[in-house]
Amino acid sequence: MESYSYAAPNSVSEAVALLSDNASIGRQTQILAGGTDVLVQMRGSGHTPRAILDIKALVETNRLEVSAEGIYIGSAVSSAVINENQQLQEALPGLLEAADLIGSTQIQGRATICGNLCNASPAGDSIPAMIAASAVCDIATATGTRELPVEEFVVGVGQNALQPGEFLLGLKLPMPTPGTKDAYLRFTPRTEMDIAVAGVGVSLTLKEGVCTAARVAIGAVAPTARLVPEAANALVGTDLNDQALADAGEACKAAASPISDKRGTAQYRKKVVAVLCRRAIALAHQRIQGA
Amino acid sequence: MARLQVESTINGETKEFLCDADQSMLDVLRDELGLTGTKEGCGTGDCGACSILVDGRLVCACLMLGVESGGKSIETIEGIADKDGLHPLQRQFLENAALQCGICTPGFIVASKALLEKHPNPDEETIRYWLAGNLCRCTGYDKIIRAVQDAAAEMSHPA
Ligand SMILES: Cc1cc2nc3c(=O)[nH]c(=O)nc-3n(C[C@H](O)[C@H](O)[C@H](O)COP(=O)(O)OP(=O)(O)OC[C@H]3O[C@@H](n4cnc5c(N)ncnc54)[C@H](O)[C@@H]3O)c2cc1C
Ligand code: FES
Ligand code: FES
Repeated sequence: MESYSYAAPNSVSEAVALLSDNASIGRQTQILAGGTDVLVQMRGSGHTPRAILDIKALVETNRLEVSAEGIYIGSAVSSAVINENQQLQEALPGLLEAADLIGSTQIQGRATICGNLCNASPAGDSIPAMIAASAVCDIATATGTRELPVEEFVVGVGQNALQPGEFLLGLKLPMPTPGTKDAYLRFTPRTEMDIAVAGVGVSLTLKEGVCTAARVAIGAVAPTARLVPEAANALVGTDLNDQALADAGEACKAAASPISDKRGTAQYRKKVVAVLCRRAIALAHQRIQGA
Repeated sequence: MARLQVESTINGETKEFLCDADQSMLDVLRDELGLTGTKEGCGTGDCGACSILVDGRLVCACLMLGVESGGKSIETIEGIADKDGLHPLQRQFLENAALQCGICTPGFIVASKALLEKHPNPDEETIRYWLAGNLCRCTGYDKIIRAVQDAAAEMSHPA
C-alpha cells in the first residue's frame, strides 16, 4: 500500500520540481500550510496517502511586508501573526477581522488566510474580505510566477484555479489610500467557532463625504465567494445614505444563490446577506470617519 | 516506509524520535515520547484538550504533524510545573475546583498560560474568547474563569 511522505523544501524551485516529479509518477501532492484543514481531511475516510509538501520553510512564503508601495502576505504567515501586526491593523481592519474569525486561538496559531483561500470552502471567512481588499494571488509556476485576481481564484466548491505544478506563494494587496477602509461581517449561530451562514466584505473610499470607489463581496451564499459590482455601483457617487445602503443590500441579495441546510434556509440567507451588507458598509464608513 | 527521524526541544530538553509522515504531534507526544498529559478529545481541532505551545504559540497538537516539530521548541502540560512545585494556574485550578473528570484540564492550563503571557491581567471577556477553543463538559466554565483570574492575580502580586 502507498504511504504518506513528507518534504519541506527551502527553495521555491525545489518545491516546484517536487510538484512536477510527483505528478510525473502519478503521485498526488498535498500542500501543507497551517494544516488546520489538511489534518482534519487526512483523518477523514477516503483520503488516500499522498506526498505532503510543507511550504513553511520557504523565505518567500514567510514574507509579511506592509509599506506605501503595497502589502504582501506570504502563504505561510499565520492568522495570529497578521493579527498582531500594527500596520495591518491600521491598513486592513476588515481583512484582519475576517482572519480573526477563523477558529479558536489554537487554530489561529497555525491557520493561514492563503490556506483558507486554497481550501475554497464556500464559507471561507477571509475570502470575501480579500476580494473586497483587491488582493491578487502570487502563484509559483514551473517557469516563474503568475498573478491572478483573488475573485478569479476559487472556481467551485473546494476547487481553485491552480494548475498541476503550481502553488500559492502569497497575496499582493494595494496599500489603501487615505479615505479607504474595509470591514467584514459574518453571521453565525454561535459567536465563536462556527461556520458562516452568510458573510460580507466591503472596502469603501470616501472623498469629501462622497463615495468614490467601493468593492463589495459576499460569502457562504453561493458555491464561491462573489464580487458584487452592482452593490458597489449603488454606493459610488452617493453620500452612503440609507437608500444607497438598501440598494447595495438588495444587490447582494440578488447576487446570492444559497443552499438550504441546518444553519439556515436559502431564503433566510438571502435576507441575512442584505442586512450584513448594510452593516458592513456602515462599519467601514465609521472607520473612515474615525480616521 | 522508513520512519522519519526528528529532533526537537520538548519542555526544554532535546529529544530525538522516529515518526511516520502522517503521524500527528499529539500521537508522537503520547505514543512515541510517553507524554500522555496532552489529551485527545476530538482529534479535529474542536476541543482544545491537546493544546501545546510551539515556539511559544498556542496550537492544537492534533492538527500538527510530528515531523513539523523538527527544530522547534515544544511545551506541554508536563513542562508547566517546576521543581519547586505547581504553577499558580495548576494550584488555582485545584483551589477553585475548576475540574471534575479532568480530561480538559491540561489543555485549559496550557492555553491559560499562553493567555497570561500575552495578557497578564485579562478581564472575563478576554479569558472567555481566548479559551473558546477549549471545551469542558463538566464544570460549566465559571470555576475555570475564576481559577485563571486568581492565578493572574497571584502571578502579578506574588504572596
Ligand atoms: C476547529 C476549526 C474551526 C475552523 N473555523 C473556521 C472558520 O470559522 N472560518 C473559516 O473560514 N475556516 C475555519 N476553519 C477551517 C480552516 O482553519 C481554515 O480554512 C484555514 O484558514 C486553513 O488554513 P491552513 O493554513 O490551516 O490550511 P491547510 O490546512 O494547510 O491547507 C488548506 C488547503 O489549501 C491547500 N493549500 C494551503 N496552502 C497552499 C498554498 N500555498 N498553495 C496551494 N495550496 C495550498 C492545502 O493543500 C489544502 O487543500 C476551521 C477549522 C477548524 C479545525
Ligand atoms: S484533540 Fe485536538 S482539539 Fe480536540
Ligand atoms: S472537567 Fe470534565 S471535561 Fe472539563
